[in-house]
Amino acid sequence: MNLHQLVFWILSVIAIGGALGVILSRNPVASVLFLIVTFFAVSGHYILLNAQFLAIVNIIVYAGAIMVLFLYVIMLMNLNGDVEPQKSKLLQFAGIISGGILFLVLLAAFKTTQLSTTPINASTSIGLISELGQVLFTRFVFPFEISSILFLSAMVGAVVIGKKD
Amino acid sequence: MLLLTIDWSFIIEKLILISVILGASLGVATYATWGERKVAAWMQDRKGPSRAGPFGLLQPIADGIKLFFKEEIIPTDANRFLFILGPSLAMLTACMASAVIPWGPSIELESGRIIALQVADINIGILYVFGVVSVGVYGIMLGGWASNNKYSLMGSVRAASQAISYELAMGISLIALLMMTGTLSLAEIVNQQHGFWENGWFTWNVAKQPLGFIIFLVCAFAELNRAPFDLPEAESELVAGYHTEYSSMKLGFYLFAEYVNLFISSAILITLFFGGYNFPFMDQVAGSVSPVVFSIICVLVLLTKTIMMILFFMFVRWTIPRFRYDQLMNLGWKSLIPLALVNMLITGAIIIWVLN
Repeated sequence: MNLHQLVFWILSVIAIGGALGVILSRNPVASVLFLIVTFFAVSGHYILLNAQFLAIVNIIVYAGAIMVLFLYVIMLMNLNGDVEPQKSKLLQFAGIISGGILFLVLLAAFKTTQLSTTPINASTSIGLISELGQVLFTRFVFPFEISSILFLSAMVGAVVIGKKD
Repeated sequence: MLLLTIDWSFIIEKLILISVILGASLGVATYATWGERKVAAWMQDRKGPSRAGPFGLLQPIADGIKLFFKEEIIPTDANRFLFILGPSLAMLTACMASAVIPWGPSIELESGRIIALQVADINIGILYVFGVVSVGVYGIMLGGWASNNKYSLMGSVRAASQAISYELAMGISLIALLMMTGTLSLAEIVNQQHGFWENGWFTWNVAKQPLGFIIFLVCAFAELNRAPFDLPEAESELVAGYHTEYSSMKLGFYLFAEYVNLFISSAILITLFFGGYNFPFMDQVAGSVSPVVFSIICVLVLLTKTIMMILFFMFVRWTIPRFRYDQLMNLGWKSLIPLALVNMLITGAIIIWVLN
């Protein structure tokens, strides 16, 4: 086991533990904090793949901006695990069964999947920002522009909603 | 066999560098509190701290000891864990950003070993700083919410919305700069500003991006929660905002993190816009002294520039009154962001039609 694998396992344990914490904790603020921990662990995985730009954007956008807004909303709504109405037993039971079935299907699908053993021939610098920029603005320029228009329309929508008559 | 594959001398070298940088930034931050009080006193025609030691130089140490020995109070209804996590996070993120700042040129020893005066030269350098800054909001938000106090919550909500709003303008003003440098690595950006004058123009980025620098500076004021943008802790409206409920060293951490942030962001401003450790006639100096001495001179130049920047921040704090909250948001969203966008467009046009 080399250093790379060791870091991978540590990060994986943190990521899965954090993800479990998100759904298992009663307090919504704790859930958000666990989600932030998960984002950090996933960013660590990106760095292991030498995708530094993706890693830092994941932290800036998700952990830094979107989660702050989540926290904001939860704090202002003053949700508390103790006073929140709990779902009835029947609903919880139905949830467990349907989730279990989904898990079973996924497990069956993964079990029979043929994993390709040929490694992809990509240079190690493929995740660096200059390479990423080249690819985004040449090969994927059309999807890139389309998605930026999508963002623009979302922004216009927010302004329209936020504007007083 | 895992331990054998690690380059221990590399780790020890970096550990020493990290300790020195952390020690220096904490030291500068400590004396920035003294400096701020002296500057305030000078501008208000007072004497300032003068009792502890000569010129009151022992005042920050006395303050630190006082904070450590104060009674520690955690409100009954506060969330204990988050209440302690808040100031810890604030301090942690304040110290983290120093990792990517190049403090001086690399030293080449006679054994051929090159010692870089930068903890990590990662090729996303400046984005790393942004990542740390965006995580830094949590320290204030969690502390304010966990206190279970309406004023604290208001303060932390203000802090978060202010930070998010000004991060945008800051990012866009930086894009214009990065379009000119073509790299995100701070070491590379400093190298490009070598010397002072070249090809009939200043090499420092402030002369190439004056508008970008002004926008970045205003946003830095807002990100630092410093006057005139110190609304999260506006003592006359919010009784000190997010740290109302804090006492003892946890309060000290919040206040101190602010000064560490002040030092680090001044260093980053200098690195990005004022040539980092570069100074006029540096090639002539490099030719006449040994490399180690030259590196020390460079570090001292960077520190001098940084301290001048800190003094500028202090002068502004004691000159301009606090903004109103709606004025703050209007300035951020309706003035700075459009201005930064125009600056980006102009920069792009100049790069395409003039520099090519």
